[in-house]
Amino acid sequence: MAIASETPKETFRLGMLVYDTRYRSLTIQVVVMLLAMAGAWWLYDNLMANLRVLDKEPSFSFLWNRAGYDINQTLIPYTNDDTHFRAMLVGLVNTILVAVLGCIAATVIGIIVGVLRLSKNWLVARLMTVYVEGFRNVPVLLWILVIFAVFTEITPQPRDFRVTDEMIAAGEEPVASKILFDSVAVTNRGTFVPKAVYERSLGEIQIGFLPISLNTVAILAVIVGSILGYRAIKKHATAVQEATGVRPKTLWKSLLVSFGPIILLLFALGFHLEIPTLGGFNFTGGILVSNALMALWLGLTLYTAAFIAEIVRAGILAISKGQTEASYALGIRPGRTMSLVILPQALRVIIPPLISQYLNLTKNSSLAIAVSYMDLRGTLGGITLNQTGRELECMLILMLIYLALSLLISSGMNVYNNAVKLKER
Amino acid sequence: MSDLHANAASYVRNEMLPPSDPPAMQTGAIKWLRENLFSGWLNTILTILGFAAIFFLLKEFTPWFLHGVWKANSLGECREIIAATWGEDAHGACWAVIRERWNQFMFGFYPRELYWRPILALLLLMVALAPILFSERSNKLWIAGGVVAALVLWLSVSYGQFLPVGILVVIAAVTALLGSRGAQWPSNLIWFSGLFPGLAFWLLWGGTVWLPVVAMLGFVVGWIAFRFASTVMGAIVGAGAGVVAAFLWWYFVAGPLVDALTQITGRTQPFWLRGVDSDEFGGFVLAFTIGIAGIAISLPMGIILALGRRSDMPLVKGLCVGFIEFIRGVPLITLLFVASLLLNYFLPPGTNFDIILRVIIMVTLFSAAYIAEVIRGGLAALPRGQYEAADALGLDYWKAQRLIIMPQALKISIPGIVSSFIGLFKDTTLVVFVALLDPLKGITDAVRASIEWKGVYWEPYIFVGAIFFIVCFSMSRYSMYLENKLKREHR
Repeated sequence: MAIASETPKETFRLGMLVYDTRYRSLTIQVVVMLLAMAGAWWLYDNLMANLRVLDKEPSFSFLWNRAGYDINQTLIPYTNDDTHFRAMLVGLVNTILVAVLGCIAATVIGIIVGVLRLSKNWLVARLMTVYVEGFRNVPVLLWILVIFAVFTEITPQPRDFRVTDEMIAAGEEPVASKILFDSVAVTNRGTFVPKAVYERSLGEIQIGFLPISLNTVAILAVIVGSILGYRAIKKHATAVQEATGVRPKTLWKSLLVSFGPIILLLFALGFHLEIPTLGGFNFTGGILVSNALMALWLGLTLYTAAFIAEIVRAGILAISKGQTEASYALGIRPGRTMSLVILPQALRVIIPPLISQYLNLTKNSSLAIAVSYMDLRGTLGGITLNQTGRELECMLILMLIYLALSLLISSGMNVYNNAVKLKER
Repeated sequence: MSDLHANAASYVRNEMLPPSDPPAMQTGAIKWLRENLFSGWLNTILTILGFAAIFFLLKEFTPWFLHGVWKANSLGECREIIAATWGEDAHGACWAVIRERWNQFMFGFYPRELYWRPILALLLLMVALAPILFSERSNKLWIAGGVVAALVLWLSVSYGQFLPVGILVVIAAVTALLGSRGAQWPSNLIWFSGLFPGLAFWLLWGGTVWLPVVAMLGFVVGWIAFRFASTVMGAIVGAGAGVVAAFLWWYFVAGPLVDALTQITGRTQPFWLRGVDSDEFGGFVLAFTIGIAGIAISLPMGIILALGRRSDMPLVKGLCVGFIEFIRGVPLITLLFVASLLLNYFLPPGTNFDIILRVIIMVTLFSAAYIAEVIRGGLAALPRGQYEAADALGLDYWKAQRLIIMPQALKISIPGIVSSFIGLFKDTTLVVFVALLDPLKGITDAVRASIEWKGVYWEPYIFVGAIFFIVCFSMSRYSMYLENKLKREHR
């Protein structure tokens, strides 16, 4: 007679691989891995077969060949004798330029619009709603194209700015005039903006392939120093307040520390603005910002700002009214309520979606192709690709660079997000 | 006590005074204005600025709109008409370009005598969408259906293709009426929604009817295999068997079967429609084809990716995370370039498949990665108790997902999903960069390339933008309706 109380011996059966939850996940993973490897092998095999057919060898040596094409906007020195690699860098810098400019402007406009949309002012709230819905529901490509068309078709020609002696005598106004205190000329050939000039320049140094202006470095250093000094004054004032109960007056001191050094430095460097002036048939002096950059920048900014406005609005609405009331009950003034109670909490809601908007803007900057702005896709993924016929390599580098940019932005913003996020146990 | 009080007070009012009117500044329109427009110096400034902006915009653009010309054959003619009617200096819109190039904006270079096919596909799309979008019977739906049917009839009459469309509209109406007798309408039309993808493919691209039929049969074969195997060996093996069966069908049976059936029927009318090449597609037909196909496929894909990303199995999770992060890290344009330049490298030598199909695949993958992240957010927002409750009820993984987790997670993520859809539809304009004629840049450039319409910028942009706005805005309104309908919290 068998003893019933003895536990049945565990024997492994093949069916347990599927029906036993202890082994099932292992089975599924093995199957998935086999499928994934088979798929990858299939793709690789096809790729090799195709390359053999086309008689191509994957190689990145083309990057060191002469590029031979010109780029109309180069923030780092570049001539058509430089390599494809350098052309790629020029494109990358252009991409980063429009992404950074776009992110800054979109954040500013987005916050203003988001706050105004919550305003008690009926008219302004409605106007902002129209703006947000109008820009969100239309492809960004449309805005870029429309703004580009405005800049190339509607803006005046440089010769329209001309003021001749006869016109002065007749008391006539020129067809067009410069805006912003007579400093910025918007023409159909591009926008001319003033340029910073230093009479006693510190020169520049070469780090790797990047020339770095020592003037900029000095200005940045002084600004950072001023901020640190300002913080130190604040800190000292707080310490005195905590010790004695009276907060010392720091207005003049902090004003002096904030603005004194930078003004002195600019004087020392002989800083002044070079205003674009009309000479011959075009403007000279100043910096020429191409219509393509303006259109891309404004289009991306206005489009993304509409999304950021919604994010800001949602963030502020997410903070319950009780927080404000509690803060008032504690006797905290409205301004400090905003900065100490509402904003820190709203930021926590705002930042994660804001990061993804920055990412979207950066990726959308590849729409530069629509206005022939020479960004990374225009140089590496455009002319270089067409000249060398290296589709595979070019697209690979292009995608990896965009991937790296995205990961950089999101990790950078995640660091900030961790700093403001709710501290839990 | 009361006596004392009565004696102490020499005069006591016995009745209430009628309330007096509020001050004139605090009633009616003046009060509203004071509260909403001029409640402080900052608000007053904002209001004045707002009115100034509106006034400026109206002053600039109203004449331009009002001077618009609808009947002309070229931009020059438009300008002449405007100059003759409103004076030499007047500006005006030349809407005639929309009127004259309407077909191009709508259909691209789709053969003119076949316009009824995309129109019919659009109508059938409405029929197919009704059971998915609206679960309850409502009179508004009938009105909407009537409007759509009338629109389609009007369109087809205006193209002189009344007969084929008319017949099919009658058939569709009869089917809908038959279906509507049950209380379940429109939910009981769901079989048609399943059929629609094949039908739409056949209508749009033409060719033999057997290709979509055999392709759709693959799903039926898979389903039969799943039912059969799962009753014998359980759901897991059943699902595997279903997938394998469908795959075998498509890989080995489908091709020869389509050829054989096509041989039998030949090019006789009901089995064969004139083929239309992908490069003849353009305009809104193209945008809608890509957009709707992408939306339909990316949602289930996104759900699977989201589940994979939250899976306990490290390998599955790793693959899903890698895929999602890679797709989200690169711009759609680069993916489209991969579709047009590189996809052939990764397929067996000599294969060449349709560019629209390739673009649809890339757009779908792109959108699926975003939707996966949205749904992952929804899954993360569900309280842990829901998962535990599902486990406590003894539901297996898929039952728990289907009955408890997903309905709630999807409900939370509706706004995000719909905005991904809107994004996808807007992104269909980017196909212009792989040489397809999207309505925004492809078609407007083509229009401007002709001598008559050289230099016409604003009118096409406004027209195309308005259509995109209408479609996207109604999608976002629908998501609000859905959110409201599904709200189960305290109201």
